[in-house]
Amino acid sequence: MNVSMMSQPSVTRKVVICNEQGLHARPAELFIRLANTFESDISVVKDGQRVDGKSMLEIFTLAAGKGTELSIEARGPDAQQAADALGKLVESGFADDTTSGDEE
Amino acid sequence: MQKLQGIPVSPGVAIGEALVMGSEGFRIPRRFVERDAVEAELERFEKAVQASKEEILRNREQVREKLGDEYAAIFDAHLQMLLDRRLHDEVVEMIRDRHYSPEYAVSRVLRRYAKVFESLENSHLAERANDIVDIERRLLRNLLGRRREEIGQLTSPVLVLAHNLTPSETAALDPRFVRGFVTEVGGAGSHTAIVAGALEIPAVVGMGPFLREVSGGDLVIIDGDRGEVILQPDEATLEHYQRAVEANRSLAEQLAHLRDVSAETADGVRIELFGNIEFPHEVQHCLDRGADGVGLYRTEFLYMGTEGEPDEQVHFEAYRRVVEAMGDRPVVIRTFDLGADKVATSWRREDERNPFLGLRSIRMALRNLELFRTQLRAILRVSALGNVRIMFPLISTVIELRQAKMVLADVMEDLEESHIDFDRQIPVGMMVEVPSAVMMIDHFMPELDFVSVGTNDLVQYTLAVDRDNKEVASLYNAADPAVLKLIDMAVQSARRFKKPINVCGQMSSSTMFTMLLLGLGLRSLSVIPAAIPEIKRVCRSVSIPQCEEVAARALTLENARDVETLLKEELKKALPEPEAA
Repeated sequence: MNVSMMSQPSVTRKVVICNEQGLHARPAELFIRLANTFESDISVVKDGQRVDGKSMLEIFTLAAGKGTELSIEARGPDAQQAADALGKLVESGFADDTTSGDEE
Repeated sequence: MQKLQGIPVSPGVAIGEALVMGSEGFRIPRRFVERDAVEAELERFEKAVQASKEEILRNREQVREKLGDEYAAIFDAHLQMLLDRRLHDEVVEMIRDRHYSPEYAVSRVLRRYAKVFESLENSHLAERANDIVDIERRLLRNLLGRRREEIGQLTSPVLVLAHNLTPSETAALDPRFVRGFVTEVGGAGSHTAIVAGALEIPAVVGMGPFLREVSGGDLVIIDGDRGEVILQPDEATLEHYQRAVEANRSLAEQLAHLRDVSAETADGVRIELFGNIEFPHEVQHCLDRGADGVGLYRTEFLYMGTEGEPDEQVHFEAYRRVVEAMGDRPVVIRTFDLGADKVATSWRREDERNPFLGLRSIRMALRNLELFRTQLRAILRVSALGNVRIMFPLISTVIELRQAKMVLADVMEDLEESHIDFDRQIPVGMMVEVPSAVMMIDHFMPELDFVSVGTNDLVQYTLAVDRDNKEVASLYNAADPAVLKLIDMAVQSARRFKKPINVCGQMSSSTMFTMLLLGLGLRSLSVIPAAIPEIKRVCRSVSIPQCEEVAARALTLENARDVETLLKEELKKALPEPEAA
């Protein structure tokens, strides 16, 4: 995180993982890919463990399964959009065009 | 620092850089780079990432065409991991700040992730660990490129760490640079153990999975006495082991002068010390230590790692090297002891539930007479050239011994008919290593010229413990009074029948047991060549009555621990100087 970003807006969203697979493999890949489209720094926090939301390897180490509560923290010029988009992705059960999805 | 436990199969201590043999045989050539090479090394890393990325993209397209999008998705995940910014930053930092080579840095970082994933209780992540290993390989392949060194082309000393070492892999290694072996699988009879013994370097096997925790170039300590392997030791541990290596070296120097003196007890009783060997070149190790002969020449190596079975001439040439080198000193050739843990490639039987109780050793020989006869012919032919004795392994009944002797007599007749020279009086002996043979030993003696107690199998069969099974290996103990009583019975019988008896097997190579064995009445021991000087020193420091008292007391004890305590105390009293660590 560079110094200029410290003064940037910061947005936190709490989400619960609802897909069966949790944040692994394909879902994690979708998450990273989306996160990397934003300029903001993204952190994901689980039970006090904070990892880089743009690093797949770090996301994996959370071992976040179904039912896990996560905080998505975005800091940067597009923090709001990033937090919203990533939060929505998780809450949708990572439903993209190929999965049937279980939206509420 | 990490301390891991395995099965010790070859003694000694080695400290050095790890050479990790993966399934593709990569080795990481060096750990550090020059300070002024850092920029170039960083560039090399970036290029390797780029090349790997292109490979993954190509693979993805190929898979997509053949199998569809769903199967190609795994490559997207690989790509994300390869291009992961944390991974990238960590590797770059290691190269820039710590001057690690890109190969070493990549391996360290990726293996750390693989280890984290494996430790998480989640089966999906265990699979991710495999992906990480895959990426590591890919990056290493691209980093090493044409500079990728073949395993055999070693230029500096290494400790070889592998899942399993096959005969062809060990054959490719340059023994001048190999200082020790560690393998994930294997037991006391494994190929690794045998080769390590022959090279006289420490080895630990049966570690279980651990290779992912090591990177090539890591500092590793192998303690072949305790079966410990220490990864990235801390200063204090390193110092401790450096002292141990130094102590071993100076002890060896002190003992070198014993080469030309005989193993005679303080009260003037001559003890014969023979060497155990597997490979013909080890005969030199015996000569260097002033061995009285070769007490156990194992012949299984002839059947290992070769396609098909060795012919008579292959046998003959190997035996001739040993027999000629030993001159008039005896060479005891043991007929093949295959099966169970020692199985030639073409022989493996999948349906044996209990291989140590199955078709092995002499049983296999008596079922495969042509194979057996081929070996016997070669042994008999070489008997014309020196002092050769023949020994049958794993005899458990008198009938079995007679059958083996009948085959031998038959081969002798053939040779006579063909006017081929051999020693008509060749001494014939057997290994005493099955409890039933000890119980019936008086019935065997009249039909034998000598016997040799094989303690490795005797302990295993007496205590019903598979020493290669980590769960129960701690129950395997040659000091168990039950074992001592069986050895005692065998020695008493040999005395009554006035037949020579010796002890081969690992028990005789340990100084802890020397006084006990002499006290039980043994006057001949066959040991690993490297142990001859130490055993000789013990022999020269003790008297027979002293040893007899130790043996008598040991036979009254009720468990192995008490026996060990007694033997260690008595050895200490007999040899006041500190033992090498």
